[in-house]
Amino acid sequence: MTEHAYLIPILPLAAFFLIIAFGKRLPLKGPEIGIVAVSISFIMSVGIIAKFVGAHGAEHAREISTRWFPFGSGAHLQIGMKIDGLTAVMFIVVTTVSLLVQIYSIGYMKGEVRYTWFFAALSLFTGSMLTLVIANNLLMMLIGWELVGICSYLLIGHYWEEKANSNAAIKAFITTKTGDVPFLIGIFVLFAGTHTFNINAIYHKVAVGDVSHATLTAAAILLFGGAIGKSGQFPLHVWLPDAMAGPTPVSALIHAATMVTAGVFLVARLFPVFAASPEALNEVALIGAFTMLFAALIAMVQDDIKRVLAYSTVSQLAYMMAALGVGAREAAVFHLFTHAFFKALLFLGAGSVIHAAHSNSMRDMGGLRKLMPTTYATFLIATLALSGIPPFAGFWSKDEILTEAFRAGQHGPTHIVGYIVYVFGAITAFLTAFYMMRAFQMTFMGKYRGEAHPHESPRVMTGPLVILGALSVVAGFVGIPGLKSGFGSWLALGEHEVESANYLLIVVSVLLAGGGLVLGSRVYRTYAEVDPLERLGWFHKVLVNKFYIDEFYMAAIVRPIRDRVSRATLWINQNVLDGAVNGAAAVAKISGDGLYDQLDQKVVDGAINGIGITARATGGVLKYLQSGDVQKYAAYLFAGIVILAVLFTRFA
Amino acid sequence: MNLAWPLTLGALLFSIGVYGVLARRNAVLVLMSIELMLNAVNVNLVAFSTWIRETIAIGQIFALFVITIAAAEVGIGLAIVLLIFRNRETINIDEIDLLKW
Amino acid sequence: MILAATGPEIAFWGFAVVAGIAGFFVVGSRNVVHAALYLVGVLGSVGAIYIVLGAEFVGWVQILIYVGAIVVLLLFGIMLTKAPIGGVALDNNQRPVAFIVAATTFGGLTWIIWRTFGGTRIRLSPTRTAQIGNSLFTHFVLPFEAVSVLLLAALVGAIVLARRD
Repeated sequence: MTEHAYLIPILPLAAFFLIIAFGKRLPLKGPEIGIVAVSISFIMSVGIIAKFVGAHGAEHAREISTRWFPFGSGAHLQIGMKIDGLTAVMFIVVTTVSLLVQIYSIGYMKGEVRYTWFFAALSLFTGSMLTLVIANNLLMMLIGWELVGICSYLLIGHYWEEKANSNAAIKAFITTKTGDVPFLIGIFVLFAGTHTFNINAIYHKVAVGDVSHATLTAAAILLFGGAIGKSGQFPLHVWLPDAMAGPTPVSALIHAATMVTAGVFLVARLFPVFAASPEALNEVALIGAFTMLFAALIAMVQDDIKRVLAYSTVSQLAYMMAALGVGAREAAVFHLFTHAFFKALLFLGAGSVIHAAHSNSMRDMGGLRKLMPTTYATFLIATLALSGIPPFAGFWSKDEILTEAFRAGQHGPTHIVGYIVYVFGAITAFLTAFYMMRAFQMTFMGKYRGEAHPHESPRVMTGPLVILGALSVVAGFVGIPGLKSGFGSWLALGEHEVESANYLLIVVSVLLAGGGLVLGSRVYRTYAEVDPLERLGWFHKVLVNKFYIDEFYMAAIVRPIRDRVSRATLWINQNVLDGAVNGAAAVAKISGDGLYDQLDQKVVDGAINGIGITARATGGVLKYLQSGDVQKYAAYLFAGIVILAVLFTRFA
Repeated sequence: MNLAWPLTLGALLFSIGVYGVLARRNAVLVLMSIELMLNAVNVNLVAFSTWIRETIAIGQIFALFVITIAAAEVGIGLAIVLLIFRNRETINIDEIDLLKW
Repeated sequence: MILAATGPEIAFWGFAVVAGIAGFFVVGSRNVVHAALYLVGVLGSVGAIYIVLGAEFVGWVQILIYVGAIVVLLLFGIMLTKAPIGGVALDNNQRPVAFIVAATTFGGLTWIIWRTFGGTRIRLSPTRTAQIGNSLFTHFVLPFEAVSVLLLAALVGAIVLARRD
């Protein structure tokens, strides 16, 4: 099975072309190809992860590669696959979510524009992400990385007829691209230090200490730039909420499996590089810690249900980043794994609600509990899972991150960073529970406030919800703390230490999450036209405006470039250049008048006209060569060949 | 037998084909001349195959491929000629000079 | 040289002369249909030469496909394009150029051939069809399949091009 893992990305990529070629002629107009392809990929992924479950992951890791093409002196680019626990887990996450999203989309996208193309793009998206995951070298990873970027651009802008949507797509593309530049430079810095793109070789070089500390720090920080862009970390998080312009299943795919997890995956994949440089790790941890709280605060006041979830994604990804920053690679990937399921569930649930209520704003919802029982039940599960209530999936992973952060505070190289991550994480856990409960109350409880006639979505949409609901309950059990061959051991790079549970921390985090839920449901039990949070005064306003980050970028980056530079050029043009030109013109006119009669009329004109006449005459003769008669051309051709052949035999 | 004789026959057929391609104005006749040139190549292939005598008979296999491709070429070529005839009422190549100055 | 000739060599000479003369008529005939019939002569003789040279299978394929299919196709082409049969000039005005080029090509090629292979003798012995089949379906399976796809594409292309719609 492992030997044929390359089929896992290839199948969805092939599906992309097949859907484009034949999709429209099939009875369902396309989705069946993508679903079959990703189903096979999913089954293969299960077969692969089965090798890692309950076993010591590092022993089963495989790398298969072949030369692609040589370049430079002695180096060559490989195309190959690296199958280890991390890859296997990512396979499962991507194929599961993609499969369910595609099934769900059959219902959600029914009757929408570019239906077949949508499924083709979903397949390409999945295949690109799987390419990124399977890559055994950084350049192949970069290929997948950029393909993912372009797919997200295509899908976010799916309804490009509206300017806002295409703007959102462009914003997503440019913002992530801003991160890709340091990423690319980082790859080159790493290559300069290690002389290889191969990931295992990089591991080895770093492990034996072949690379200088400064190079590693520079490479890690630059690479992290790419992760910031893709995973929507501060300060490049601005594209993620706007990416809600795409159809909701796309949001689910972007937020759960294919796009934003790429950044976390990158750091996890190159973790040895980061681990070799405490400075880089601390940067990761601090950016993560800051972003998680920052995004959670904004999420509290959003009215658009998808924006709440988007900021929640930013916050949860920051959790993973912070976990990586404190050295808890396994915990971070574990959170990625569980988060994928309940975040996909939340988005698909939100999609179901939006589908029914014909509005994104939670102010137009309410009371959907009775009308949409399946959506209600699954959304509740996801809310509890995201809040971190035992025994739902989110609890186990979030708790492990907090425990690891606390432990890093006690024993880690820089204690303060560990404690900062722990404190921020704990506050964020509380806020997360609060804003999720707020969203839940506003959407499902109370009375219906909208104008549409909501009803439960069709089976093809609720089915995936139920499956994801079940996964959101059980996915966490693979990583119960103290479990000997649990999740962490699947993807451990070396020896895996089994950590015992810290019951005090568990109690604290459960209390925080529970407190958040209780507070949220108390405050929002009855719907109020004025959000109770407005009592926070100016702070509320800051939050609603998302800390004015977009405005700041607009004022600090976009406008200066767009307006000032153009105004400056205008001024220079008007005063400096025009002055010079006018002056020159005046001088030229005076001298020109004199010259005109003598030099121009006689000498120059004569020469120019002479050239013109000559060219025309030559052209008039030569044009007859261009007769349009192919046989003449053939005659010239053969005559030329004969002449050349004679010349070669005579002189060579 | 001297290897040069079949090769000379190939050269002769090829030259005849070249003449036909250059001098004939009827498109079907041009196609026939092209067939002559392809045959000339095949004669060479078969002759060399007989000379080299390797077990997998590459020369003859390639002659077969050339024959197959010639068949495809004639099919497409005639379809194009037919299309041109339908649009322009002529298949005289020197009258079809759309690529003119 | 003639006196030392063996049976196959005499046969080769006979067919080669027929092929050459018929070839001249293909490009020289004033009648399109006659040209096509002379082409049959050339192709048939060349097929016979293949057989003399030991390539039996290629020879029969040549006769079947060229004479049986391609010439018939060409005749159809002549018929469907209502090509003038006799009367109208079939040659364009660059016959001298064409003749010079063709003659130089022939001269050059012959000179090179005799300079390179003038003393090379070949021994004639037939290649069994089974051997061709073995080779085709072991060493050349992939090109064989590729050619089949090519033929299919040509088939579709010809239909698309020639169809009246």
